[in-house]
Amino acid sequence: MFETTVTMDQFIQSMIDTFYMVGFSLVIGSIIGIPLGILLVVTRPGGIIESKLFYKIMNPIVNIFRSLPFIILLVAIIPFTRLIVHTSIGTPAAIVPLIIYIAPFIARVVENSILEVDDGIIEAAESMGATPFQTIWYFLIPEALGSLILSLTTATIGLLGATAMAGAVGGGGIGDLAISYGYQRFDSFIMLVTVVVLIVFVQVMQSFGNWLAAKVRRE
Amino acid sequence: MIEMKHISKTYTRKGVETEALHQVNLKVNEGDIYGVIGYSGAGKSTLIRMINFLEKPTSGQVFINGIDLGSYSTSQLRDARKNIGMIFQHFNLLNSKTIFQNVAIPLVLSKVNKTQIKDRVLELLDFVGLADKAESYPNELSGGQKQRIGIARALASNPSVLLCDEATSALDPQTTDSILNLLKKINEEYNITILIITHEMSIIQKVCNRVAVMENGEIIEEGNVLDVFGSPQQTSTKKFVQTVIHDEIPASVKNKIKDVPNSRLFKVPFDQNDTNPIVNDLIRTFNITVNIVFASINEIKDDTIGYLVLQLIGEKDLLEKAAGYLSHPEIGAKELAK
Repeated sequence: MFETTVTMDQFIQSMIDTFYMVGFSLVIGSIIGIPLGILLVVTRPGGIIESKLFYKIMNPIVNIFRSLPFIILLVAIIPFTRLIVHTSIGTPAAIVPLIIYIAPFIARVVENSILEVDDGIIEAAESMGATPFQTIWYFLIPEALGSLILSLTTATIGLLGATAMAGAVGGGGIGDLAISYGYQRFDSFIMLVTVVVLIVFVQVMQSFGNWLAAKVRRE
Repeated sequence: MIEMKHISKTYTRKGVETEALHQVNLKVNEGDIYGVIGYSGAGKSTLIRMINFLEKPTSGQVFINGIDLGSYSTSQLRDARKNIGMIFQHFNLLNSKTIFQNVAIPLVLSKVNKTQIKDRVLELLDFVGLADKAESYPNELSGGQKQRIGIARALASNPSVLLCDEATSALDPQTTDSILNLLKKINEEYNITILIITHEMSIIQKVCNRVAVMENGEIIEEGNVLDVFGSPQQTSTKKFVQTVIHDEIPASVKNKIKDVPNSRLFKVPFDQNDTNPIVNDLIRTFNITVNIVFASINEIKDDTIGYLVLQLIGEKDLLEKAAGYLSHPEIGAKELAK
């Protein structure tokens, strides 16, 4: 039952790979996705810096990337990945599609969070003579912060799920470990350990997100 | 101070045009507490948003201190808005920020330095009577307290105009009174011109000196509050006035007096400056019986308005003479049907 062919080093390395992939693509994905999500709110018809052109172009683009399952996106953009990181295999090769997968996702959930802010708040900001940037910075973001944190928590967990497929391009990580050892080599023990690790990881992430959101929402 | 000239506003949604405002002219003088009353959908909200250009008119002009808002660039308009405070029905406070931070926001936007912000915010919180709530959050306050914070926030940038958009509609009557008193105090102490939008005549009655009545996007009646309450012209205005001034004789009273023979009913306006001893005159000069059957006196801001309903009983020709006396313009009584 407790026998496995996976060494401790391998296990630790795959944990590191997972954290690396999730962390890196979350940061870059947020840098792209958060401003994009905010722009989708403020440029929409009736928004504070309404721009039909931007909104009509970006909205479908976000939808297009959101419609592709990660495993398909991963292989479909291999030429692009090769262009960026000069390789199509390994952890770096997994990060490029992970970013392209998560950035539009983050944009969409950020958009939804910001849209939840009461129109009255925007009106109050305008009545005080706030610039569009001030409206976003002093009104929209603080009011949506709790919701934004929960959105990013969801994104992080979604990202963890996606890294499991990174094995398809030799991306490594614990998901890959579970497939190539646990599933393909019938190593039940490592499968079990992976499942437990993933559950714990998701639980910790979600609890932390909930705690932080509650803290900023002052619940 | 504030002047609207031929303001019209048309919204187009899915090809259907709706006219929210039609040829509205409005003049608010410095120091006024100006009330705009109307039912929902009358265009009041659109009207008040024209004054700080949150809504731009389809045609017509808005002047603040003689300057046409339409001539301003976007950044000039932002500066102009800092001179026009606004409070809202649902307060629109930031729930994520403390009371102190909420009141400080307009100053932060204007990049005022921190020590000045602190002094000003504490002064304002003191003025609205919530100095002890600086570190609380909006959801820890009652509705009335939230509106006080809304007011403090609106005053932070030292505006010369305060717009109140149904500011007391979400509050109970007692809290409403305390907010109205605060508005009066602001008007008197800071000499801030106030424009109030409401659907409750009692608010106009308590604080306003001038009133405009809106219906279907137009101002149908406008004037001094005392005049409008005293002799409303339009049907809607009469209805609004009736919500606070009972100028109909209650049915129970009507029943009791309807069968009295040789009697006539007169409605005599009550004027506190009037020195005519009407009842005395009637009895002595015309030798008739005078019965006060109903009376109503209402306080309108700092004045009173009211009337008496007198039942005169006596011989026909004496009643006729008394009627002639009562119809004298100085008295201005009207005969009522029994």
